Amino acid sequence: MTKRIGTEVSLAVADAVKMAKPDVISAYPITPQTHIVEELSEFVANGELDAEYIPVESEHSAMSAAVGAAAAGARVYTATSSQGLALMHEILFIASSMRLPMVMTVANRSISGPISIWNDHSDIMAQRDIGWVQLFVEDGQEALELTWAAFKIGEDKRVLLPVAVNMDGFILSHMIEPVVIPEQSVVDGFLPEFEPQLKLDPADPVTFGPVGVPEVYLEAKKQCEVALNGSKAVVKEVLDDLNKTFGRNYDLIETNGNTGAETRIVTMGSLGESVMTAVDRMNGDGREVGQIRIRLWRPFPAEEFIEAAKGAKRLVVIDRAISPGTGCGPVAQELKSVFYGRPDAPEIVNVIAGIGGRDVPVSDFVKMVEMAEKGELAETYTLWGLNSDA
Amino acid sequence: MLRDIDLSGVAKTKLKEIHTMESMVSSGHRACQGCGEVLAMGMVTRVAGPDTVVCNATGCMEIITSPFPETAWKVPWIHVAFENAGAVGAGVEAGIKALHRKGKVSKMPNIICFGGDGATADIGFGSLSGAMERGHNLLYVCLDNEAYMNTGIQRSSSTPYGASTTTSPCGSASIGQHTQKKNMPQIIAAHGVPYVATASPSHPTDLMDKVAKALAVEGPAYLHIYSPCPTGWGTKGEKSIEIARLAVESNSFPLYEVVGGRYAITKKIKKVKPIQDYLKVQRRFRHLTDRDIAFIQEGVDNSFEQLERLCAATAKPEEE
Repeated sequence: MTKRIGTEVSLAVADAVKMAKPDVISAYPITPQTHIVEELSEFVANGELDAEYIPVESEHSAMSAAVGAAAAGARVYTATSSQGLALMHEILFIASSMRLPMVMTVANRSISGPISIWNDHSDIMAQRDIGWVQLFVEDGQEALELTWAAFKIGEDKRVLLPVAVNMDGFILSHMIEPVVIPEQSVVDGFLPEFEPQLKLDPADPVTFGPVGVPEVYLEAKKQCEVALNGSKAVVKEVLDDLNKTFGRNYDLIETNGNTGAETRIVTMGSLGESVMTAVDRMNGDGREVGQIRIRLWRPFPAEEFIEAAKGAKRLVVIDRAISPGTGCGPVAQELKSVFYGRPDAPEIVNVIAGIGGRDVPVSDFVKMVEMAEKGELAETYTLWGLNSDA
Repeated sequence: MLRDIDLSGVAKTKLKEIHTMESMVSSGHRACQGCGEVLAMGMVTRVAGPDTVVCNATGCMEIITSPFPETAWKVPWIHVAFENAGAVGAGVEAGIKALHRKGKVSKMPNIICFGGDGATADIGFGSLSGAMERGHNLLYVCLDNEAYMNTGIQRSSSTPYGASTTTSPCGSASIGQHTQKKNMPQIIAAHGVPYVATASPSHPTDLMDKVAKALAVEGPAYLHIYSPCPTGWGTKGEKSIEIARLAVESNSFPLYEVVGGRYAITKKIKKVKPIQDYLKVQRRFRHLTDRDIAFIQEGVDNSFEQLERLCAATAKPEEE
């Protein structure tokens, strides 16, 4: 029976993983991801989930074991945050290069130093080029459902890539939210059993991870690039299927508020919910402003974004990470590249906000829009909430 | 933790039968002449046979067997990175175990990880320790050629005292490697795994019997194989087996096993050769003075005495 419960989002993600019936979970504890894997290890200990839980000795080994298990033909899940994701860095490229599907929840957290357990996107932004499909969720329901979608996308024979589901640490991971959990049979209908393309099978030996001599390395990288770019259509297809199955309205890029407004706020992740409130408030006050939310970060859906931004004169792009030495945040860089040379290119105003867990109240977004419209924000980027004596 | 593990029923390899056993590493690989590692890998896979999955750390053996589109491997093989053969093996084992339990895989194959001494004792130490401690049913084989040979003969923590390498060169102010070789087999034995052994390609039946025992035990097993490297040691390729035998016969690399925590020497040397016989045939040691050699000899003697004491201390008590 479909259940509507109030639960911590991390626990809802663990429920989603359980219902996806993984064969192997390989994980190392790190705040704020830990509640997910604690719950999963409990499911395994209670016999509610038939999986091998590998309590590895580091995140580097978590990802290495995930690669080994996926190559063995298993459905694999892991989760991490911050330093853990950074420690996995080397192996993340290898997982995608080997075209091994797996799902990883990243409970986004800032990167040391100074050490900070609080939320921003600096962990995943340092991993932009790992060749994984990268999704961002805004709320608990999405975190649950996009976990299933992530398995389905990655395991699709047209994709065969690992998928990262990003959810904001604490701000989302530790929030108690109402979540609708469908029946297992509905999930089973949406997510079929994993059938690996190739696996480590003595009956049909294959060599995984050979040396890429100069004559083949480029071609191997090109194939991964083609697969990642091609995954956009599959993500769209899977989201359409998800929408039909679970009654949602998810898309690669979504809009809110006045879709014809000159000023649009661009968000990715859970700040989008605060911005929705701010935009609704401004619209209610008769102010024309819209919002564009990015759900798929890699591959970046440029065409869909351009379509969503049609008619905009100004984009107020909220970044949750600093990109040192480049002049703006990662999302703003992406959008500047998307619009480069286009006659309809809007002005791109970049606000880097909510760094290291710094709170961004709804009223701040109203202020950002006002300042952007008056030309009071820096041409490069504004570090929002910076103490004036810093 | 001492425990009794009966391996008396494990089949032994006869010397005259070795040539009839098929290596899972085919000829045509690109190893140097006289490479002890590839020789050992052939011996290990002759015993393991085709029902095996191999996880290889980055290193010489990975490079020489897998330049795409060629592969020397007749069994499923995976190479991920340098420092994670233990973790990859753990993942492969867990994956196949889960699929076997769910009826999707008919049989558990042998799972064997190969790593060089750098991959084992240095960069992959944590990953190996984790795999051993967690009890995965796999065999980890360290092919020890006592330095980073693939990158050009740099010292590792498994390089012996006195050896000259490209990052521990001998010079007027240095003897070369000035630290003692890390004792990996005893470190792994301290994890309490069911089977640990040292082996050498100079003693093929001893090596292959140990592979059979390592694969027979339930849980992690570790095999530390002495692997001469003509390129890195400055020796002649055709002398590799002789040098390997000298290492054993000088008690510099004693052959022993640790079964359920009980140490036992598997090849007792009746007439022990002086370490000088072993050192003098290798360019990496040619700068050593008589005084240096006497110091090394003392270390060999002390280490062997320690091993004998370990054997006595962990032996099963005689029934009264």
